Amino acid sequence: MSSAIEIAAAVQSGERSAIEVLEEHLGAISERESEVHAFNLVTTDQAIAAATAVDELVAKGGPLGPLAGVPVAIKDNLCTRGVATTCSSKILEGWVPPYDATVVTRLAAAGAIMVGKTNMDEFAMGSSTENSAFGPTRNPHDLSRVPGGSSGGSAAAVAAGFAPISLGSDTGGSIRQPAALCGVVGVKPTYGTVSRLGLIAFGSSLDQVGPFANSVAEAALVCEVIGGHDPGDSTSLPQAFPAVSEHLSDGVAGMRIGLITEMMGEGIAPDVAQRIRAAAEWLAAAGAEVEEVSVPAVAYGLSAYYLVAPAEASSNLSRYDGVRYGLRVDAPTTGEMMELTRTAGFGDEVKRRIMLGTYALSAGYYDAFYGTALKVRTLIRRDFDKAYERFDALLSPTSPTTAFSFGDKTADPMSMYLNDVCTIATNLAGHPAMSVPYGLGDDGMPVGAQVLAPALGEVAMFRVAAALEGSLS
Amino acid sequence: MSIDLSVWEIVIGLEVHTELATRTKLFCSAPNEFGGEPNTNIDPLTLGLPGSLPVLNEQAVELAIRVGLALNCTIDRSVFSRKNYFYPDQPTNYQISQFDLPINGEGWLELPSGKVIGIERAHLEEDTGKSTHVGGGGRIHDATYSLVDYNRAGVPLLEIVGRPDLRSGDEARAYVSELRAILVAVGASDGKMEEGSLRVDCNVSVRKHGDAELGTRCEIKNINSLRSLGRAVDYEAERQIDMILAGERIEQQTRHWNEDEGRTLKLRSKEQADDYRYFPEPDLVELSPSQEWIDRVREALPILPAARRHRLCERSGADTAQAALIVERGLDDLCLAALDCGADPSRTITHAEHNLSDPKALELDPEMFAKLTKMDADGDLSSTQTKTVLAELVQLGGDPGEIAEAHGFKAMDSGELDAVVDQLIAENPEQWQRFCEGDPKISGFFVGKVMKATQGQADGKVVAGLLADRVPNAAKE
Repeated sequence: MSSAIEIAAAVQSGERSAIEVLEEHLGAISERESEVHAFNLVTTDQAIAAATAVDELVAKGGPLGPLAGVPVAIKDNLCTRGVATTCSSKILEGWVPPYDATVVTRLAAAGAIMVGKTNMDEFAMGSSTENSAFGPTRNPHDLSRVPGGSSGGSAAAVAAGFAPISLGSDTGGSIRQPAALCGVVGVKPTYGTVSRLGLIAFGSSLDQVGPFANSVAEAALVCEVIGGHDPGDSTSLPQAFPAVSEHLSDGVAGMRIGLITEMMGEGIAPDVAQRIRAAAEWLAAAGAEVEEVSVPAVAYGLSAYYLVAPAEASSNLSRYDGVRYGLRVDAPTTGEMMELTRTAGFGDEVKRRIMLGTYALSAGYYDAFYGTALKVRTLIRRDFDKAYERFDALLSPTSPTTAFSFGDKTADPMSMYLNDVCTIATNLAGHPAMSVPYGLGDDGMPVGAQVLAPALGEVAMFRVAAALEGSLS
Repeated sequence: MSIDLSVWEIVIGLEVHTELATRTKLFCSAPNEFGGEPNTNIDPLTLGLPGSLPVLNEQAVELAIRVGLALNCTIDRSVFSRKNYFYPDQPTNYQISQFDLPINGEGWLELPSGKVIGIERAHLEEDTGKSTHVGGGGRIHDATYSLVDYNRAGVPLLEIVGRPDLRSGDEARAYVSELRAILVAVGASDGKMEEGSLRVDCNVSVRKHGDAELGTRCEIKNINSLRSLGRAVDYEAERQIDMILAGERIEQQTRHWNEDEGRTLKLRSKEQADDYRYFPEPDLVELSPSQEWIDRVREALPILPAARRHRLCERSGADTAQAALIVERGLDDLCLAALDCGADPSRTITHAEHNLSDPKALELDPEMFAKLTKMDADGDLSSTQTKTVLAELVQLGGDPGEIAEAHGFKAMDSGELDAVVDQLIAENPEQWQRFCEGDPKISGFFVGKVMKATQGQADGKVVAGLLADRVPNAAKE
């Protein structure tokens, strides 16, 4: 399979048609989708129509976007006009959005062809895609293992070659962790650089859309296409997405890179830690100044996250009540109708987080829980800022382990939550971070290295990621 | 009413919700219009569709600032919060409102009486949709089915929270009336209570004069007119006093004003405070209007009702009550313009107070109005004639001199009037005798006779003077 960049170049030059490219990927889907289950819906008809339109444009001589004819898989929490969008939840079954998310509009304008909506943990709550109401996605590298989550379908789709690129969303690691577990690149951009309009909210102050790809360069291109100011999202930053593509071959010589102490010790599998140390050593060899650095407040990240995210979620998800759209379980009174609808429509993990969040916001508990979590958030940002006075970028594992087996962590929510221990702090700080494959663990499964950077520090982040990628080839 | 106000003090604080007269809703571009077909003024955000996001309406902020400045409030850095509660007319099941950091802080409003009422805050929030419950008791709990219209959902509201500085139903009415005049003056609202543009929740408590602590309050909802407000306050105060006198404890409640029965009825107890789980709205950023913007809004503010009243009193010598009435009718600009044209101040105010209730009076030509007041003051026309000419001036316009002439109105020659008076005295010696003896009732007899004889052209005051001149000196001593 070719990369997104190769496909776009071939389509633009007329060497290959968009339909031909699409058929190749639809072929891959029909071959392996039944065992991987990356998609909730494969949008064959719409994809053929979109690819035909691109080919007509080629025939007319353009203008063609940078992703002309490139198949893309879209996480099923991004609204797609006229195409069912479910968040892998029964409560939204049958709902068809009347609009596209801004990122979907921008991909289409760049010539990308949506091939389907990808499976996910229900409402993006989970780290294994086992919380999908429509059954789990399987890791293409080993079907007995999870692909990670919550954007497991999007990660698996790229790893399986169903599409060269895909979109996910990252609230506490939901792009980076599945990218690591599936052996692909995954980026969570700086909060506010990519529009959230049309992204179905989980934790609004943490959610950010980002790409999966097989290479750093493809991920960079997608970021540039989907990023930049959107007046429809009040939290959107005014500037364009940092111009990362042009710096990918800058190298790391002279860069200062910190290895996060708190993410290299207890709880991190030795084979994963060993790979990350190897990455640090290679960066040093390539001319970077590499040192260990402590970011003490990240230790409280998990606790703060599991107050902030559920609190926002409890409010964001209260609109699913059976009154206006989605599932409705009829009952004699409106109150009972709402209760029965929500009881039937939400899965256990979603209910658990709604209850957690409702409790955290309750009168008398607000200060102790939500209020304290906000203070921790400020501390985390401050500790990171302190580290970034000395370093251009930071390095850590993306996930404490390689992909685990189905059912391994479902019985104990806490062990599942711990899977996000390396990724969560970034969302609380609003900073960018990305995962780039860095070899295999003892079990032969992919290991991901996480590169972190300060707000809008994407250029430094992509330089480090590109260098790490280059060291393996 | 049986309240002994020498013993009891009624304490009233009002929360007034006003719909801001914006083109579109508070956080989206759906139109803000009253009275459309159900569910036509809607868009994804209005319906709370997944993936929709709020974007703050700048016009709503500007109107909020206008009101804040008009109410002498501080304009502060503010934050929107989510107020979480489940109800079908709330599309997201949370309302975006300003909680601990409102756009407008501490301010005040001056009543026409001169009393100053404190304003605690005036904050922005979104309105809800409207539910109709069909069947059962017409309430959500026992309805056969319910219908929801989201046209109103997301309409910008400004909630103006007054301090409990009001002390009677009349004062409460004056407050709302003044507030409405200010809202209309600054263009923030059309002020229509009947269309729900202005909604008043009324907190009432009672205590004995001299008590330091406030009594337990009840909040009254469903007040749809100024008249209901006065009646509801009086009813509720009396109910609470009766309970206290009967040795009962007042429970903090939300009560519903029933206009037909003329009483308040318990809706729910407020002893257990609702838990709305407020937290900062993460989809919006902090709102901090620049000083430059605030200054620009301040400069563009129109002259406000209180300033209009003060100005009118100073220029014309009108008293407070007259000024309040004239400003309420919007006639103060006309009066001032007439004064600029040399109108008689006292006649100007008298006519504006008594003879210009017709809305067409607003279109009067100040110069012609001024001319009429001068003719009136100079005794060129009788008061009856003046009223006739003024009425025609209001309806048809024109020149008061020409109108008077067309009617054949003219000042009577004093010799002519003397003759009429002398003749009447001669024809009615008995009545003249009583007049000379100082019988007050008989004066009207002669004035009436003169008026009849002159077909209303004589001025009553002049006639009274002529009669007095004819009383023999001996009778006066």
